[in-house]
Amino acid sequence: MTTIPKYVTSLDRSQHPPHLHPGYKSTVLRAPQKPLIPMPHTLSELTAPVYGHDDIQDLDDDLTKNAVVNGEPIGERIIVTGQVLDENNAPVPNALVEIWQANATGRYVHKRDQHDAPLDPNFKGAGRVLTNEKGEYRFTTIKPGAYPWRNHENAWRPAHIHFSVFGTAFISRLVTQMYFPGDPLHELDPIMQGIPDENGRKRLIAGYDHDVTTPVWALGYRFNIILNGSKMTPFETKES
Amino acid sequence: MKLKQTPSQTVGPFFHYALTDTPGQNILVTDETQGDRILLKGQVTDGEGEVIPDAMIEIWQADTNGIYNHPEDPNQAEADTNFAGFGRVPTDSNGIYTFKTVKPGIVAYDDEKQQAPHVNVRIFARGMLIHAYTRLYFSDEEEANADDPILNLVPEERRHTLIALREDKGDLVTYCMNISMQGDNETAFFEP
Repeated sequence: MTTIPKYVTSLDRSQHPPHLHPGYKSTVLRAPQKPLIPMPHTLSELTAPVYGHDDIQDLDDDLTKNAVVNGEPIGERIIVTGQVLDENNAPVPNALVEIWQANATGRYVHKRDQHDAPLDPNFKGAGRVLTNEKGEYRFTTIKPGAYPWRNHENAWRPAHIHFSVFGTAFISRLVTQMYFPGDPLHELDPIMQGIPDENGRKRLIAGYDHDVTTPVWALGYRFNIILNGSKMTPFETKES
Repeated sequence: MKLKQTPSQTVGPFFHYALTDTPGQNILVTDETQGDRILLKGQVTDGEGEVIPDAMIEIWQADTNGIYNHPEDPNQAEADTNFAGFGRVPTDSNGIYTFKTVKPGIVAYDDEKQQAPHVNVRIFARGMLIHAYTRLYFSDEEEANADDPILNLVPEERRHTLIALREDKGDLVTYCMNISMQGDNETAFFEP
């Protein structure tokens, strides 16, 4: 009897952007054109790298402190927290969550970022944590600024934080971006608008959460992440 | 009620300092790792044949005995504890990715069938709103490749795009698989 686990779900393409979205010009030459080949989930898809606390260092969760040189970074201090869940609402513990972002002026610490906005000597904009047993993660950071890009005339990316998440299966791998509520740039952004479903786009917008806000310290945002690849419950197995 | 999946977004051009700048992420072996050392390499190109210098390639593979060091592998107890099986690397200015690893063993498929040695590959890049998923197989595993249940799902005329060609020139055996996002030799991408 094989002990390979059975998973219910693959990527739900109705929730994800397509490879080709011509409004985002760089997709035109980088989107696969031939049909993707459906395949069953094998051990190769159902396993994934296992991370532990050795992979995380002190201050990796606090972007306001992990790159300090001579003072605190400039900008609006925020807390971003949430749960990593599977589609059955089950927490995903020990998920590696990595984030990166621009500083408060909309500038990345990256040699290819040519935006004429100041770097902050005390802010790098990179962090990583493991989710706890409830699937929860929490970062302290600075609210990133919007920035221009060259996709089209007067193109601006809405403020966002990049997220990279490893679940318990390699098929659950997700790279995405978290946006902030009430930003008029959302409607104008071809990357966010590449998501076909309005509710899908909304799920990338963090909610302001006053319970997360820490008095006299930082505003709080909540952003839950739902990974694909939930395991079958006993009632769903093919044998029953 | 099922929750809806969080949509994917592009990794963008600025991921390096957060994801790939820690050195050694494309070296999967230590002195203690079991198995024959190999290099995996290839060039990533777009629909005009231009190199993609800002992609990130992730690999995930079994150890030299075909075991994944993960609780879902029924043989995890025998996994090489000196081999994690995961690597990632940005493409360089010529669109080249390189990994130093071991050649994976044959991996279980089901009660009857096995999978040829293979490496699972993800491609992320600016201009990709969602990653692409493919596999790398080895040119010197002709017999196992011919019986591989996944490779056999790929139309025959496209299978060559997943076969890394063995080169014996340098110090290490090198297997080379280019990744073409489009064009006549578009890599076969999977929908798992």
